[in-house]
Amino acid sequence: MTVTSESVAVGTTIPTRTLTITRETVAMFCGAALDFVGPHISERIARSVGLPDVIAHRALITAKALIPVTEWTGDPAAVVACHSRYIRPVAVPDDDLGAVVVITGVVTDRPDDDHVEVSLRMASPDGQELALIRAVVRLP
Amino acid sequence: MGLNREYIGRTWRSAEVYEVSREKIRDYAMATGEPHPAYVDVRAARALGHPDVVAPPTFATVLWARMNTWPLREPDIGRSPKPNMVIGDERITHHRTIHAGDRLVFATRVNDIRDLGGKHELLEVVHTITTEDGEPVCTMTDMAISRGTAVGAEGAR
Repeated sequence: MTVTSESVAVGTTIPTRTLTITRETVAMFCGAALDFVGPHISERIARSVGLPDVIAHRALITAKALIPVTEWTGDPAAVVACHSRYIRPVAVPDDDLGAVVVITGVVTDRPDDDHVEVSLRMASPDGQELALIRAVVRLP
Repeated sequence: MGLNREYIGRTWRSAEVYEVSREKIRDYAMATGEPHPAYVDVRAARALGHPDVVAPPTFATVLWARMNTWPLREPDIGRSPKPNMVIGDERITHHRTIHAGDRLVFATRVNDIRDLGGKHELLEVVHTITTEDGEPVCTMTDMAISRGTAVGAEGAR
């Protein structure tokens, strides 16, 4: 779907998406992001620094959170700025499912005719808040 | 000890140019699980008005790792030998979209290092990405939390 300048206002919600992050996702992102820091590749190292399990990269969390925004606008270049606050680490279990994250978003500001601010919340299926992202999006 | 405050205000600039390739953008997009056509198909990108395939919104974060994450590997930075750093907060501002063919230069400035009031310290760094001709491309601010390194923290290392 594609949003238009006329169809959006403060309070407009973007379609909720449920996405998964598996160990394979994290491994692929290690290579793509050139970030092989221990807690992303080893449960043993993750636990040694007090983390519950292998964790997803922060940039991967933001990238996942922005997927529904990109689907909403139709152009990934529409995201001109984003501010991510990482509330809890996203632990990725070594199983077939991985971490399930639910992304909700709502338009919270319209600074000018061409831009909106979208506030995104990533949470676990049981409602634990994982990350809060505010994105400034250029409208078509 | 704790993180070395002498780094506050210091700036490091990459001597290398980072050339953005179509294949790197493709790999990055596939890893995020978002194979938007504008990341992988030049015709789709051009249909949206871009000169070449575009980078995903978080792609610029690759450059800090690519440029060796200064100052984290400096021997006197005072960090824990354990991988105890996590990014708590990140701001990314695109002055323009990154696309394949861009030749980028990268600089990092240590804005601040301070205690967070408990065991942890905060390292605030600002990354500036421009083209090699100086055109502003992207600014990123990372708030990295150095867990357990504050002076007086028990068992910090």
